[in-house]
Amino acid sequence: MALGNAKYLSAHWRRQMTYQTYFGSLDKFEKGTIELINDKATNYAFSNIFEVASRSRPYEKVVVGKNLQYVIETLRAEGESSWFAASHDEFAIVMDGEVEVNFIKLDNPATIVPPAKEGSVRIEGKPVGKKMGLVRLKRGHQALLPAGAAYQFRAVQRGVLVLQTILGDHSVERWKEICYQ
Amino acid sequence: MSVLDVVASGPDKVTGYRTFRLGSFEFTRDAYFATLKWPAKGQTRTHQMPADLFLRALMRDVAWGFFYGWVNFDDVIGTRNHYGKVDLYAGAFNDNLRSAGVDHTEQFATPLIMATFKAILRDWVNEGFDPFAAPEETGSAFGAKHGDNLAAIERFRIATKRMPGLQGDSPLRDDLPVNRQFQDVAQDEPVVLAEPGFEKELSAINLFKYLSRSDVTWNPSVTSVCKQSLFCPTTEEFILPVFHGNDRVEWFLQLSDQIVWDVGDKNSGSPRARLTMKAGDIAAMPADIRHQGYSTKRSMLLVWENATPDLPKRYESGELKPYPIEM
Repeated sequence: MALGNAKYLSAHWRRQMTYQTYFGSLDKFEKGTIELINDKATNYAFSNIFEVASRSRPYEKVVVGKNLQYVIETLRAEGESSWFAASHDEFAIVMDGEVEVNFIKLDNPATIVPPAKEGSVRIEGKPVGKKMGLVRLKRGHQALLPAGAAYQFRAVQRGVLVLQTILGDHSVERWKEICYQ
Repeated sequence: MSVLDVVASGPDKVTGYRTFRLGSFEFTRDAYFATLKWPAKGQTRTHQMPADLFLRALMRDVAWGFFYGWVNFDDVIGTRNHYGKVDLYAGAFNDNLRSAGVDHTEQFATPLIMATFKAILRDWVNEGFDPFAAPEETGSAFGAKHGDNLAAIERFRIATKRMPGLQGDSPLRDDLPVNRQFQDVAQDEPVVLAEPGFEKELSAINLFKYLSRSDVTWNPSVTSVCKQSLFCPTTEEFILPVFHGNDRVEWFLQLSDQIVWDVGDKNSGSPRARLTMKAGDIAAMPADIRHQGYSTKRSMLLVWENATPDLPKRYESGELKPYPIEM
């Protein structure tokens, strides 16, 4: 048989059902809920990335998920960001809006992001190195931010980014403000 | 581990299904039910599950390689991963059965229990039933044995080293159709303009397109790797076929639509909370809970795992608190 076989869908289901996939956005989101039975809401560190971004400064790296040193950061994409780099791979997902990412291969990465340094490092001014190119991302697109490459975000259309990275000097933690208490 | 090490009977004369033994556990199935038998207090104890629910749970346990921690098939039976060895238990994480002393746990080398579970799937999954699929997308699991569905249960998953689509890394899913419930998900590609010499270093994918083409439910696969931090998104419809018990903190970021999570105590199963997560919501699943999710509309969920090897010991010893953030 075919996998995920459509032949098993009943005629009724095919005729009646239309589906709308709901993605949140900076301008339109609905935060879920916690119904407590025998627990504390803070144990779940429950927040909403769009709500967090709606209250953040552009490109403020607000931590919304933390697993020891590893973090998920939410960034409000608006205008142009500073240049950043890391000694390890990072990944960006556009959750809303349209974002261009420019890359420069650092001439001397070890001086800016030594191998033992974790998290993204902000670079003052334009980094020294070769231009690598750019990627243009819309909602749902994911880009590799490769180790040793400097990158800069530019919002073509303001929105929200999610960053998979490691807690760094510029990570902002304000759990009490963003989570259900 | 060879298939020869799996202990199985011949086909039953009435139903056609084989019976399997693993240690002192015995697995049988009939037209409707899977039954597990084990010894306790001088008697043979039994527990039944509807065959479809059992096979969906078993399929996840196999596909996930016994996952991180506990995979509870229901409130009685399940497995615990010790990473090289696996416990199979009945009643050990059920307050009533444990306090009555009728629970039973045995530990097996991972290759043996994996080979046995795969053999059960090969024998018990009939033609037309896909244990990975949502109920609306598959035929029935029930009835006497009729054929098999090896293509469905032996889907090959390629491990991702950095990100799908990179040279030498796992493939994208462009050859799979868009799921019926994600027909409205944009299929456009990101623009990648690499300067000469950097074509292999810049990469971007349409993650939502990738997910919209997933042909399985409740089956996370890695899409980005930052050292031991793994993004493992998955598409969800109907019920997570197991209660996953955490041996570490994991996080959920709801990428689209909505999932409701029942959260219970890891050891007793007693309810602790119920979370309704909507698009953009992010929440931790603490290291001392078990959880099961419900997704009416097929949804996209980003499961975030920390694969640091020593985490189970550090949580169990109390070195790490079960919840991730002090507030």
